[in-house]
Amino acid sequence: MTRGFKSIETKHYAERDAFFAGLGRVSRRSFLKLAGLSAGIALGKGLVTPHSFQLVEVADAAERFTFAYISDTHLYPRTLNDRFVRAILKAVDDVNNLQPQPDFVLMGGDLAQLGRKEELDLGRQILKAVKAPIRMMVGEHDWFLDLGQYWKSLFGAESYSFDHKGVHFVTVMSVQEKDFWTERGFTPEQRMQTVAGLDNGIQSRFEVGEAGREWLKNDLAKVDKKTPVVVFSHSPLYKYYRPWNFWTEDADEVQAILRPFEHVTVIHGHTHQLLTNRIDNIHFHGMLSTAWPWPYAPEGLPKLTIQQNRADPFDQFDGCGDGSVDVVESGLVNALYNLWDRNPVTVRASYVASSGAQEAPPRTKLPSY
Amino acid sequence: MTPKTTLTFIALPALALGGLVLAQSRTGLPRHDAPPSPSGNLSVALCDGETVAEVPGVKEGETPTPEQARAVADTLMTEWRRKNPNAAWEGEPVRVAQALPREGGEKGAPAAAERPKEGGGGAGGLPAGPQGAVQEGQTYGAFSQRDERIWQAETEKFVKEGHDVFHDAKAFGGTIAVSCDMCHPDAANTHPETFPKFQVQLGRVALLRDMINWCIQNPARGKPLADDDPRLKAMEAYILAQRKGTALEFGKH
Repeated sequence: MTRGFKSIETKHYAERDAFFAGLGRVSRRSFLKLAGLSAGIALGKGLVTPHSFQLVEVADAAERFTFAYISDTHLYPRTLNDRFVRAILKAVDDVNNLQPQPDFVLMGGDLAQLGRKEELDLGRQILKAVKAPIRMMVGEHDWFLDLGQYWKSLFGAESYSFDHKGVHFVTVMSVQEKDFWTERGFTPEQRMQTVAGLDNGIQSRFEVGEAGREWLKNDLAKVDKKTPVVVFSHSPLYKYYRPWNFWTEDADEVQAILRPFEHVTVIHGHTHQLLTNRIDNIHFHGMLSTAWPWPYAPEGLPKLTIQQNRADPFDQFDGCGDGSVDVVESGLVNALYNLWDRNPVTVRASYVASSGAQEAPPRTKLPSY
Repeated sequence: MTPKTTLTFIALPALALGGLVLAQSRTGLPRHDAPPSPSGNLSVALCDGETVAEVPGVKEGETPTPEQARAVADTLMTEWRRKNPNAAWEGEPVRVAQALPREGGEKGAPAAAERPKEGGGGAGGLPAGPQGAVQEGQTYGAFSQRDERIWQAETEKFVKEGHDVFHDAKAFGGTIAVSCDMCHPDAANTHPETFPKFQVQLGRVALLRDMINWCIQNPARGKPLADDDPRLKAMEAYILAQRKGTALEFGKH
């Protein structure tokens, strides 16, 4: 035995002891070091759960809170497809097991696959099992069979706002499309099927629309410019890749409405991938889907995005997941991507605010295609 | 109308149409069947579809010796030459366009690169002018722009068939309404240019079609398609068409 040689176990226990000893005398700065260390230990032990990372979030928190999300579940009727049902149930388990419980859980849209009553009913039934209060958002898959009629009868208005612990939340309906169906004589089913196809070029592009923008303007008119604003939108509210409708046609106008506010965060669905963007004062975080991951588009990927490894098709849950969002003191957010069957990734407010200079999340080892 | 019957209602016409188109593309390959000989001898047909010769002493179903096969091939070729006395693969000495010097060569015969492209001359087609500085006399390559347009349209039709199967779970026999495009919009992330490769999860080398069938069986819960299934071929065509211009990197992970 060489003198001074330390086995992996010895090093591991030394690190662990240092970590626990350090916990007693935590300054803000040293905490961040410790947090990194704790993540390393958790990784080494194979103990990677969202909960182990909750510890990290305590550091720079004075008035902060957490909400979780489940998004893009794409439910078919239970008898037709149990695959996606299993996935949403897994997400419900995840958010119910969060300790402490999130203040609320956002359903990020596309609860149903083809907007049918049976699908929406199934989703509503499953979401009843979520312990925390649910905030609903509509997606195009919920909308285009009957233009939102049934969804609204179950869940209420498609655009609404609320204030929570000093933050102004706005859920804005952003998957309106210009009428492409009337002149083609489409049935509601055909209209729905067309919108459901990501690479279906017949459909129009997503937009908030004039009425929606007017509503948003009015809603924000009474909000102080220093109040942090968090926007929930199904489409990204920026222009990423038009052919797949990873896109909001009137994004520029919507961003102009949000620009006067000091801190704005957009949490969006639809893209089924780890996705980060910043345009001026607005931070954007995409949500994961429970049903399937989407490949990154061939062009237009925002620079700040740290891509996720490509998904293993042999693992139903790989590349999918749910997540939680910590609203930090400044009113910005740390977005935790709880990727199933792989390590979770946190995209921190400081990373986005510093345009990628600080606290970059770990990068992918393999090409993500 | 229940949701299920609605879905069937939409899917059936599409499926019927798809089946029809695919059936057509499968038949119609030219075949040259030799008429049976009255003597019962093996008869062999030339690729012109007309000229036939018998192999004496070899009955239908038997295998001729190499010498007998050589003899019948020679007989057929002689017969074809007799019928086509003026046919020749090279009518005149070959004039190779690229070999011509730019100056001091034949006057009035510009090099190929300078030849105007309009008129009857397509890419690889015959030149519009009477005497272009290209190789002549081949039957292969003697095609017009119109031919090229037909070929392109036929190929695109095949790709479109693949597109339709790719986007319709029922068309390829998926049972849980999961179609290929749901994870692979525009066939993204299928990377056909990397096959064949060792597919670690399968523990063996896989072709693109093996992965197509794997996806049909697993995420889409259907039955794998036979290797010569026109739907499988069409899907391969569609997937490859999306990656036109991508460098082949077989074996890449």
